[in-house]
Amino acid sequence: MNQFINKNLYGDYGDKEQAGGAEGSNHNAAAEWPLWEVFIRSKAGLDHKHVGSLHAADAEMAIENARDVYTRRLEGISIWVVESKYIHASDPATADSMYEPANDKVYRHPTFYNLPDELTHM
Amino acid sequence: MNESTSQLIYTLQLADNALILGHRISEWCGHGPVLEQDIALTNTALDHLGQARSFYQHAAEQFNLMPVEVKKQQFVSPALQQKIDKGESLDEDDLAYLRDGWDFRNVLLVEQPNKDWAYTVVRSFFADVFNFYFYKELQKSKDAALAAIAEKSLKEVTYHLRWSSEWMIRLGDGTEESHERMQTALNERWAYSGELFEMSAADKAMAEAGIGVDVATIKPLWDAHVDGILQEATLEKPANKWMQSGGKDGRHSEHLGYILAELQFMQRAYPNMEW
Repeated sequence: MNQFINKNLYGDYGDKEQAGGAEGSNHNAAAEWPLWEVFIRSKAGLDHKHVGSLHAADAEMAIENARDVYTRRLEGISIWVVESKYIHASDPATADSMYEPANDKVYRHPTFYNLPDELTHM
Repeated sequence: MNESTSQLIYTLQLADNALILGHRISEWCGHGPVLEQDIALTNTALDHLGQARSFYQHAAEQFNLMPVEVKKQQFVSPALQQKIDKGESLDEDDLAYLRDGWDFRNVLLVEQPNKDWAYTVVRSFFADVFNFYFYKELQKSKDAALAAIAEKSLKEVTYHLRWSSEWMIRLGDGTEESHERMQTALNERWAYSGELFEMSAADKAMAEAGIGVDVATIKPLWDAHVDGILQEATLEKPANKWMQSGGKDGRHSEHLGYILAELQFMQRAYPNMEW
């Protein structure tokens, strides 16, 4: 039964023969380009902010893909890309022990000082 | 052919190249091999379309300033003749949607079908290298409008060239299969590269007047650039010297008719429709 089900993937429609037969049906994730995280600086002086991710074969292509996918509407003037596998994240399961303890430590906020009125950016 | 006619035809050559290449590339929209490249190509198609619009607007301005008798000699398309007979002025849309194939002046290269990724990349690569050096020169045009369009377009073309050069190298120097496909595409598209450097009567007149570019001066730059990339891509430069031509004189391959059928259908079937 399985052989009658032909999964259509993005880009397959009408291009199959030219693109080298029914390769779409034995699509496998291992052959896919690696994932990259994209950071964009919207204007000089601001930080690079995470905007999303994309697939690319290498860093050069990742920057170009980021330019085409994420800066089409003048969103940025500088791009950083990092291969997603190099980003290490904290474990959501340990959130209780990691972040909860800070909850009742109000004295860690510098709100007990009397500040002079002239000081505006605190 | 007087100077204003030459200038109109010259502007249309540039406009048609941009429109037809842009249309061909836009056919990839929704069919790209990966989402990111689908968007990249669609951006590029829109760049070409933007350039085409600027050139068509400029061409329409020139046309509208012509005396009626001269206007009547410019186009064979009946739909345009009707407008001219009624004394109406033309705009960018009329030039794009109401001219027939034999009034189009684009080179044959840009109307060739997308086929696969390799053919698409090679076609863009030939055009991008040419446009890069061409627009650089056109910035010095005595026609201020052409110079301004060239300056704006050069930034876009610089990125197009980066994109197509990288794909040439990536696939040429890639796997055995990608190399072979690139070489095949290169061999087949090669015969369409010569027309870029053919001087039509309008080309010659405009180069002499300091309005257009003498493309002979671009040929060595194009050759050197292409040689460099091909070497890096481990691709062999095709040896054949015989080149296709005719597009600049309105003699096109059968592909243009199909492009125009799709491109012009709405405006022909529902004149002046907007959406």
